[in-house]
Amino acid sequence: MDLFSNLALGFSVALTPTCLGLAVVGCILGTMIGALPGLGPSNGVAILIPLSFSLELDAIQALVLMTSVYYGAMYGGRISSILLNIPGDEPAMMTTLDGYPMAKQGRAGDALVLSGVASFVGALLATVGLMILAPILARVAFLFGPAEYFALYMLAFCTLGGIGSNNQAKAAIAVCLGLGISMIGVDNSTGLTRFTGGNLHLFDGVNFLVAIVGLFAVTEVFVFIESHGKETAIGVKLKKVTIPIKDIIYTRWSMLRGTLIGFIAGLLPGAGASLGSFLAYTFEKGVAKDKSKFGKGDVRGLVAPEAGNNAAAGGALVPMLTLGVPGSGTTAVLLALLMTLNITPGPLLFSERPEVVWGLIASLLIANVVLLILNVPMVKVFSRILQVPPSILLPAVTMISFVGIFSLSGSHFDLLLMIGFGILGYILRKVDIPAVPVILGILLGEHMEVSLRRAMVLSDGDWSYLIESPISLGLWLAAIVGFIAPIFLRGFFKKPPQPVA
Amino acid sequence: MSDRIFGLIIAVVALAFFASATQLEQPFFADPLGPKAFPYLISVVAFIAASMMIFSPDKESNWPNFKTLIRISVAVIILILYANSLKPLGFLFSTAVAAGALSYQIRPRSIESVAIGVGLSVVLFIIFKYGLGLGLFAFPRWL
Repeated sequence: MDLFSNLALGFSVALTPTCLGLAVVGCILGTMIGALPGLGPSNGVAILIPLSFSLELDAIQALVLMTSVYYGAMYGGRISSILLNIPGDEPAMMTTLDGYPMAKQGRAGDALVLSGVASFVGALLATVGLMILAPILARVAFLFGPAEYFALYMLAFCTLGGIGSNNQAKAAIAVCLGLGISMIGVDNSTGLTRFTGGNLHLFDGVNFLVAIVGLFAVTEVFVFIESHGKETAIGVKLKKVTIPIKDIIYTRWSMLRGTLIGFIAGLLPGAGASLGSFLAYTFEKGVAKDKSKFGKGDVRGLVAPEAGNNAAAGGALVPMLTLGVPGSGTTAVLLALLMTLNITPGPLLFSERPEVVWGLIASLLIANVVLLILNVPMVKVFSRILQVPPSILLPAVTMISFVGIFSLSGSHFDLLLMIGFGILGYILRKVDIPAVPVILGILLGEHMEVSLRRAMVLSDGDWSYLIESPISLGLWLAAIVGFIAPIFLRGFFKKPPQPVA
Repeated sequence: MSDRIFGLIIAVVALAFFASATQLEQPFFADPLGPKAFPYLISVVAFIAASMMIFSPDKESNWPNFKTLIRISVAVIILILYANSLKPLGFLFSTAVAAGALSYQIRPRSIESVAIGVGLSVVLFIIFKYGLGLGLFAFPRWL
């Protein structure tokens, strides 16, 4: 069996003491990051990437550390959703709907354990799905030429923009901003510098880590200063934590349904975990016979979105690893990590560097077990983190981001650029333009242009070549549907209201 | 209104981007598309989307009041000063001041902010310097 020999290879890489240690550290850090309101997975992974370079890890070790943080943050997001009614990150929003009411009924411990188990089921099955599906998709990806890749990038931008925003024009602006920024610097095929305004610092282009940390972490500082004083979090106290076996058995099908829906949502390039948890909740409510308790502390409404968002996190790794197209904000950040480590995701990664892919997968399996231990028996420890006052937390996060970026290049120009991105991110947030497509644009802009130009070289300037093959035609059609369909579905899928605190 | 103004800005930026792309030299040995075509495409799409924002804006966004805007501007100034002082003034001093000032923006208690600033500066320095081995200077180099 190919799968098992590959897995054996993966575990042989991932079971070294260093990797195991990094996985544990990553899981702890990730759970903390996820639990803190306002510091989501994309944010957390982004500010830790520059610092992880300073540890001089090799590619596999860095990947193990950061994906553990990623999975950990997905687990941790539920803690503040349940205890404070504030989602620790965006995908955990649906968890507030039934999680917080449960906590108010004095079942905070049950809710945390149950959602921890749901996270484990979702993430574990999604990792298994990743193991089975990724090699198959990698084989398909061998058939992709430049025209197909161009169409695939279009699909990613269209679905991400279409689903992630409330207004298609704004989504398109976000994508264009990112692509425009990615054009800055030397054009690799001609050696020409473009759009630098003569500034030497910009000849290498805008470092995407600078943009990411600016748009995520620095923007969060401004948003936080604004929102402070309005939201006073009065949390629910966590009493004794026991394992509600009856509820776990009762919700087993809800978990599996949530996992399946979340995994599929994660696979769509550009859709991601928020959509996964949203669809899982909506579906669970739809199939339930007795809907009266949803929104008032129904255990099914708690486990389905939690399994869904963790499954989507695993699913989103499939297009990221096989095609180099991330399925969510956080996988976009992980793609940035891969690119900085000089690893090019895509089908060749599977055949030429199997130890990276399978080491990563094995470490995800390990991380899941570690996270289950951290998030079920030890959840009380992590719930303490919520008591760190924002007046300490926020300056700390800011300083960590600054030092991280500073350690990359040692130039204060990058720091100023990062602040600029922070301000841009704040304005974008105010006019309701999503930031994730901007980041995806910056990451993929160069590849997208190169595929378009290569396609034109192959066809000698004939644009119809872009839709000639059945694969690219299909991708284009999917892109158009992904962009337009949300306009009509928006009225249908109304977001349920948040519970009143 | 915000949507219209932002749309207008994007439209102008898109035009400037387009104009800047026309100025690029077309190299002799270029591929059929050359270095200009993709930037053209981006600016055209951005311009169309910006026009849509101008002509059919969403409902007004929720801008913070004047006082909050001042607080955010102060935070921006603190960050810019921090970015510029990190190298010349050393890590400990600039971080203590910047962290303390930021903390004061969130919770205006002077003594508490000073304590948070100094505490964070020292703790982070130990983590970065000895935990991660970053080459940070604790003090200004002329000391």
